[in-house]
Amino acid sequence: MRLLLRNRDIPDLHRLSVYQANGGYEGLKKALAMKPAEVIDEVKASGLRGRGGAGFPAGVKWSFIPQEEPIKYVAVNADESETGTFKDREIMEGNPHQMLEGALICAWAIQATAVYIYLRGEFWDIGDLLDGCIAEAEKAGFAGENILGSGWSCPVYTHLGAGAYICGEESAMLSSLEGVLGQPRVRPPFPAQKGGGLYREATVVNNVETLTNVPWILTEGADAFRAIGTEQSAGTKVFCVSGHVPRPGNYELPLGTPFRELLVDHAGCDPDNIKAILPSGGSGPIVPGTDEVLDTPLSYEAMQGLGTILGSASIIVMDNSVDMTWVASKVTKFFTHESCGKCTPCREGTYWLDKVLDRILEGEGKPEDVQLIDNVAKNMAGTTLCALGDFAANPIIHTISNFPDDFNAHVQPKPEEEQPAARPARGGRRRRASA
Amino acid sequence: MSLHDPRYKARIAGHLAKYPDKRSAVMPLLYIAQEEYGWVSPRGIQEVAEICEMDPTQVKSIAGFYTMYSEREKGRYWLHVCTDLPCALNGADIFYRELREYLGVEDGGTSADGLFTVEHVMCLAACDKAPMLQCNFRYMESLDMEKMKAWIEERRAELEAAGQGQGS
Ligand SMILES: Cc1cc2nc3c(=O)[nH]c(=O)nc-3n(C[C@H](O)[C@H](O)[C@H](O)COP(=O)(O)O)c2cc1C
Ligand code: SF4
Ligand code: FES
Repeated sequence: MRLLLRNRDIPDLHRLSVYQANGGYEGLKKALAMKPAEVIDEVKASGLRGRGGAGFPAGVKWSFIPQEEPIKYVAVNADESETGTFKDREIMEGNPHQMLEGALICAWAIQATAVYIYLRGEFWDIGDLLDGCIAEAEKAGFAGENILGSGWSCPVYTHLGAGAYICGEESAMLSSLEGVLGQPRVRPPFPAQKGGGLYREATVVNNVETLTNVPWILTEGADAFRAIGTEQSAGTKVFCVSGHVPRPGNYELPLGTPFRELLVDHAGCDPDNIKAILPSGGSGPIVPGTDEVLDTPLSYEAMQGLGTILGSASIIVMDNSVDMTWVASKVTKFFTHESCGKCTPCREGTYWLDKVLDRILEGEGKPEDVQLIDNVAKNMAGTTLCALGDFAANPIIHTISNFPDDFNAHVQPKPEEEQPAARPARGGRRRRASA
Repeated sequence: MSLHDPRYKARIAGHLAKYPDKRSAVMPLLYIAQEEYGWVSPRGIQEVAEICEMDPTQVKSIAGFYTMYSEREKGRYWLHVCTDLPCALNGADIFYRELREYLGVEDGGTSADGLFTVEHVMCLAACDKAPMLQCNFRYMESLDMEKMKAWIEERRAELEAAGQGQGS
């Protein structure tokens, strides 16, 4: 069942005429016939949760916006920079109007004065595509001045980032848009509050995928949306599957679909050759590829039960050949590079974790080094201004606790004749069906 | 030529019109400066600062914060090769090493003919099409060294044919 990747079923859905012929902008029309508060209630009732990582209920977030403020914004988070995430890209390339329509419905619900779409800088072509879609939508009366004759005006703008993962963090994103350094802000005030949003005005920040659900909720109703997925995780989700996978790609499935169905039935993995899974890119705790894990439903609540997160559902699969020390190092290099440097535990911690991991991988580590990085990581968690500090601690803490042997193999003194421990990089093999 | 050239007038005005505050246009204008000068040169920084009514040191710090602004001159083709985890699980580290060997450059270096600057970058949201890279911010996906060699030689031949010889 596809609510979001409808482009897979309908050719040329990115064109306004095709989108309209397939029910496009009916959700916006319906919303404009409702009171803003009623739209918020409908989205609340749907149980839609944020798809950008944290899973916060979208309608609840919208209801925080102070209605009486004259200036309010919607900021669409299209920064999509989490390792292993490539879903917002397909949504925007294939079904851009549905995202725009969702953003405009949100804008009506909070009576916003403008929508800004913050795209990661690499999405240069998508920016051009969206600019074209916005112009078309304006001409047709769905955006810009006096939308559908309602008297309400709301221009939509795109803004390109320039290659900084941290700008996906919502407060950093707003700073980046304002033209100051893209670093996280101290909260409160939160973006939804006066003083905390874009240009200090109350702002809803939602992920691309979150907003793309909204037109469907308006046309089909909150109950129909709730009927998909699980009690606490309504709707479908686009799962990005990458790594050691015969058929990598995006899969839109109901939330609550078991790992096994996604990875084995759809993506073609061999269940006996999955050593580990990162369910939420580099940022969430890693899990081993056991039967227990494979039988877990992909829902916010069940993933929490496993000690990890659903997050942005960028699922990276690693087979039995992979050395988890190397994985920890790869992910640590990501966070070391992407730390914005504003707070000391994150800036210094990532730097040292990276150094010590390099030493371990080069075969020069001591058994105490594993304990050392575990301690450094545990001291970072919870002490930083934004969640990146926690994200950076996860790959260390959870790879060590789940795969201690992989670390020990590098640091145990070896008998003379033995070969050095497994070499790090295992690339080189391409096992994709399409390759 | 400069950012004050009439050629850029409409684009710059378009960006300024998006925001309630001129300084918000600093990022799009830095891209235009990079297009004009090939990198964000001191002159480009100065001009962006004038238009956005900012201090040049602030503009410079913003340019330095992001990987897509180059603070040095680079080759005509700027290749950002993803070596992040999902790509690396599909051979990206080896691909990147072979690419550098073929061009005879280190990470971040520019080939002797001045045409290609290569850098490794983090995930580019194309993990299902590894190995991949961006060339001047356009995606090239599902690559291998055979494809890359052919592509590189095509670029070299193109330049030869245009009679421009070496350099960019
Ligand atoms: C370091 C960091 C990076 C993030 N990157 C992204 C991102 O690329 N895209 C995204 O939608 N949310 C990202 N988030 C989450 C946002 O801060 C925010 O929660 C989200 O945009 C809210 O939208 P949602 O409720 O619709 O998910 C990131 C958070 C952190 C801490
Ligand atoms: S935790 Fe890291 S990324 Fe977040 S504000 Fe601190 S230094 Fe920056
Ligand atoms: S890891 Fe290379 S594009 Fe995502």
